Amino acid sequence: MFSLLADKLQDVFKDLRGHGKITETNITDAMRAVRMALLEADVEFNVAKGFIARVKEKALGEEVLRGVHPGQQIVKIFHDELTALLGGDNEPLNLEKPARIMMVGLNGAGKTTSSAKLAMWLKKQGKAPLLIACDLHRPAAIEQLATLARQVGVPCFTPPPGEKDVLKVGRLAADWAKEQPGNVQIYDTAGRQEIDEPLIQEIKALREFLQPQEVLLVADAATGQQAVSVATHFHQALNITGLVLTKLDGDARGGAALSMRQVTQRPIKFAGIGEKLDQFEPFFPDRLAGRILGMGDIIGLVEKA
Amino acid sequence: MAFGFFKSLIQKFSGKPVDWDELEESLIRADLGVPMMTRIMTALQGREDAEKLTAETVVKVAREEIIKVLPRDSVTLRPLASKTKVILVVGVNGTGKTTSTAKLAYFLQRKGHSVMLAAADTFRAAAIEQLGVWAERLNIDIVKGQYNSDPAALCYEAYQSADRKNVEFLICDTAGRLHTKTNLMGELGKVKRVLAKADAQAPHETLLVVDATTGGNALQQAKEFHAATGLTGVIVTKLDGSGKGGCVVAIQNELGIPTRFIGTGEKMEDLAFFESRQFVEQML
Ligand SMILES: Nc1nc2c(ncn2[C@@H]2O[C@H](COP(=O)(O)OP(=O)(O)OP(=O)(O)O)[C@@H](O)[C@H]2O)c(=O)[nH]1
Ligand SMILES: Nc1nc2c(ncn2[C@@H]2O[C@H](COP(=O)(O)OP(=O)(O)OP(=O)(O)O)[C@@H](O)[C@H]2O)c(=O)[nH]1
Ligand SMILES: [Mg+2]
Ligand SMILES: [Mg+2]
Repeated sequence: MFSLLADKLQDVFKDLRGHGKITETNITDAMRAVRMALLEADVEFNVAKGFIARVKEKALGEEVLRGVHPGQQIVKIFHDELTALLGGDNEPLNLEKPARIMMVGLNGAGKTTSSAKLAMWLKKQGKAPLLIACDLHRPAAIEQLATLARQVGVPCFTPPPGEKDVLKVGRLAADWAKEQPGNVQIYDTAGRQEIDEPLIQEIKALREFLQPQEVLLVADAATGQQAVSVATHFHQALNITGLVLTKLDGDARGGAALSMRQVTQRPIKFAGIGEKLDQFEPFFPDRLAGRILGMGDIIGLVEKA
Repeated sequence: MAFGFFKSLIQKFSGKPVDWDELEESLIRADLGVPMMTRIMTALQGREDAEKLTAETVVKVAREEIIKVLPRDSVTLRPLASKTKVILVVGVNGTGKTTSTAKLAYFLQRKGHSVMLAAADTFRAAAIEQLGVWAERLNIDIVKGQYNSDPAALCYEAYQSADRKNVEFLICDTAGRLHTKTNLMGELGKVKRVLAKADAQAPHETLLVVDATTGGNALQQAKEFHAATGLTGVIVTKLDGSGKGGCVVAIQNELGIPTRFIGTGEKMEDLAFFESRQFVEQML
């Protein structure tokens, strides 16, 4: 299977095959095709532009390989570069004591589910996670986390009924955690829009109080052009330490991840790949790179040539 | 707010010749989809005065092109003469179905209609409790079942109950599901078939809930849900965020499915009819 993009590029490079170099003149149309492909994959406009300019430098002067469509070759260059960008400095979770992890993000991104999934994943790694409900906003959010905690089999802190002060809940939860045998605390927080100033201030205060080792921004793989705004605002307010990309089991191309990675310079640490609690794994940059470019097994083809 | 997209366009271009790249950027930022963007660009570039367009012209043309695509009048929700009208609410995970179900109930309630809810998400943790809290706040009847029970059977039961009580609207909240999962999409098909046994026309409305922050994938979502359930409209949510909701223009442009309601917050009153002119003027 060739990728859509490689197919398009194939036409652009019809005459170049096997004899020629990639040059400024023959690459222009190709770059436009790549740019469109990235935009259609929801990579943010400026991020796409900058990325293409950098990769173009690399591609110029390269010999077009025999037996390979130049289109595929270009896609391969992009793929490798994208993988590097998405995967650079991928660190494990920082679990230094008191090992607090805060989950933050837009409404409905998958924070509560990912909190429970992370607890399950940590449990499998031999840790003793604790789940802490700090969403005092959404109807039945606490019940949702408590149910998932039961399914995972980990203790869950639930705020006193009717409590609306999230800082107070943070304080109570931190005290509770000290009495528990668990050694990693996962704080699920309410969803919020990044431009909702009062709600952003609220979570900022919680972050300052908790001083967590990890602040993970949970983002839906189908996020569009606003990914940059979302990541920028959350990062400015909370100094996030990493990203969790959810709903990758769908067919969203996931270009938003590139933008978020780019503007925060923080690694994507985990991927959500289903609604079930075990459908969660460390993030694989090369898979997402292939997906953003909409490609099949081009890499193999190019490497054989 | 998502407002002022065109305002920023005007500021950017006023007094300067049009920078096509920048214009393209502004349009793409709105998640209108590449075909819609191309359509606007073509309309602009095809003009005799293309070389010396003013910012105002650019904005006018872009708005006109979008308005052309959107429906002129919004279709209202009227009760049926002697039967319960069933509204099925569907969509991918986390878009705002449950909240929109509650908001829609409040919207109809305020117009003096009687409403009943069906908690047909029997899958997600605490989904039934979530809708239950809303029902309590709104003081309306809700039909609930057991977790992991058949949503189709629950909707059927809810219909019977609503019909018996002469309730005008029954709104069924369903579980989030990705449009790529054939078995889950099949489950929705079953909900429709079972409802049709009670009333051949039911569900009378099938509304897809789309998150305004969604990019190109929204179109794919609409396509698959339309194929599985025959959508009659879209509810676009979270327009109080920075998402422009341009994806609903793409859905209308490429699939012909109209947007009916907009969601602008987490509270019950944060729902309104979609008005295309207002949408284009204020939001795009
Ligand atoms: N298919 C799929 N669904 C997911 C994934 N992660 C989360 N979900 C679903 O997405 C929906 C929203 O997830 P939640 O965990 O409630 O999201 P949230 O961010 O906590 O939402 P709020 O607290 O309301 O902001 C639920 O239906 C989840 O089951 C994933 O990786 N794949
Ligand atoms: N800011 C904002 N948040 C919204 C809006 N509509 C829904 N939400 C929030 O989005 C999150 C998800 O909403 P739900 O109604 O649970 O979404 P859902 O589609 O039912 O989710 P699943 O059933 O898990 O698939 C919640 O935090 C809601 O409060 C809106 O218009 N604006
Ligand atoms: Mg949550
Ligand atoms: Mg729901």
